[in-house]
Amino acid sequence: MPEPVLELAEVNVFYGAVHALRGVSLRVNEGEVVSLIGGNGAGKTTTLATICGLLRPRSGLVTYRGADVRRTPTHVLVGQGLVMAPEGRGIFPNLTVEENLRLGAYTRRDKPAIAADLKRGFELFPRLAERRRQKGGTLSGGEQQMLSIARALMGRPKVLLLDEPSLGLAPLVTQAIFATIDQINKEGVTILLVEQNANIALKHSHRAYVLETGEVQFNGASTELRNDPRVKAAYLGEG
Amino acid sequence: MAEVSLTTEVLQYVTNGVAKGSTYALMAVGYTLVYGVLQLINFAHAEVYMLGSYFAWYQAKWAGYLPDSKGARAETVPLYMVALFVAGAMAACALAGMLIERLAYRPLRNAGRLAPLITAIGVSLLLQYGGQVVFGTEPKLFPTFAETVVYDAGGVKIPNTNIYIVVTSLVLMLGLTFFVNKTRPGAAMRACSHDMRTARLMGVNVNATISLTFAIGSALAAVAGVLVAMDQPAITPLMGVRIGLKAFVAAVVGGIGSIPGAALGGLLLGVSESVVSGLWKPVYSEAVAFVFLIVVLLVKPSGILGKSVREKV
Repeated sequence: MPEPVLELAEVNVFYGAVHALRGVSLRVNEGEVVSLIGGNGAGKTTTLATICGLLRPRSGLVTYRGADVRRTPTHVLVGQGLVMAPEGRGIFPNLTVEENLRLGAYTRRDKPAIAADLKRGFELFPRLAERRRQKGGTLSGGEQQMLSIARALMGRPKVLLLDEPSLGLAPLVTQAIFATIDQINKEGVTILLVEQNANIALKHSHRAYVLETGEVQFNGASTELRNDPRVKAAYLGEG
Repeated sequence: MAEVSLTTEVLQYVTNGVAKGSTYALMAVGYTLVYGVLQLINFAHAEVYMLGSYFAWYQAKWAGYLPDSKGARAETVPLYMVALFVAGAMAACALAGMLIERLAYRPLRNAGRLAPLITAIGVSLLLQYGGQVVFGTEPKLFPTFAETVVYDAGGVKIPNTNIYIVVTSLVLMLGLTFFVNKTRPGAAMRACSHDMRTARLMGVNVNATISLTFAIGSALAAVAGVLVAMDQPAITPLMGVRIGLKAFVAAVVGGIGSIPGAALGGLLLGVSESVVSGLWKPVYSEAVAFVFLIVVLLVKPSGILGKSVREKV
């Protein structure tokens, strides 16, 4: 079995009295795209927030590259290559596209490499290059999503966490974003992807976990889940 | 006494006001920095200023520069010693500011806005009255930090203390602007002021950045505390109350959250106070600050240089 780069074992998370994650276990192997699908309130975003240290699990283990990271602060994890592009994109509206991108490289000090990565980001998303001096708040939803992903890449992630990259985007834009996600993965970045759009998430991932009310209902290879009648009925609008 | 023309007289009040306004500006920056990052009005900031004066006073005392201290030395303190006292007061106040944040505000970080605000008033009162217990209610007399020399610029009298005040403030404000806009910790401060959660996801150590913000604001308040004490040598534990209120007004008038706004607000307030009190009556000068506040809030609620922020939905 390949070594997992990220692993959750029996994780329980509470918001006050609300039991948000109920014994969630999942693993992400080096080089994979893993998707986490499920409806609203299933615990997908909570899972990501727990992984990157914004929330603390009440019990269970979270390991990143073999180390227990339950008590590791978010900013330290970012420095170790665990980077999240948040839901709602978290663009700094009053900063320009370029300033947003440069903040993505906040943990790094290697100036020439940062400049190279900036150039690389603009190649990956030419739309951002055109708008490099524009304020983040003036971008369209799709452009903001591109900026969010490009900014996360500026942190040189080993594992990239993407929270709802298709949220609020037109189908064509979503297609383009996911094509880029494939490309980022091919370049060696491991990706954990949270999506409500199960269809596209299963198409663009190797394996998937289906969350429902804080529990993992199914998991397996994405191609298999796409043909699973239960998943089809509940999440793919077929059946 | 020779007849003085009105122009000269007004210029005199303006130059005095610039010096006064510089100290307001130094203080206003402290309010603005903390507000920018935490959306908190740190009412205890005025008391950090007071502490700055006392820290400098104690250093002068221990170094034997007070007239009544044992083996008192020369009457005036040489400039390099003044610099040393200022540095000491800055360091001590930076520490005090960070402690206040750590002990009083950080535990309430997720408690909404009202609880930290009330706490800030509480810390302010605690320091005012705690200060009276520790330092005594009697005013302490500052040693003469600089032999007063008055320069004459075409009839306008400029004491050297005013020059020190203005130059020091200017250098510090420019340094701060550079720091916030051009350095890595400055970038972290700006990121936190825009969106703390996202800043954290970019790898910014938010707690350290907030501590730094308090440290910088408090160190500047310490400088203001020493500069003002050079000019008005009687210091008391309640000395921060008035200047604190006015510096807060200056920050709001200039646009809270904006560093150039704090500088502008401070200068406007200092100059107008000085002119009103000179040409009209000193008692009215106090009212000017608040008239300013009301007018600005009516015309441009975000302050002169403040950005109108869209409400987050």
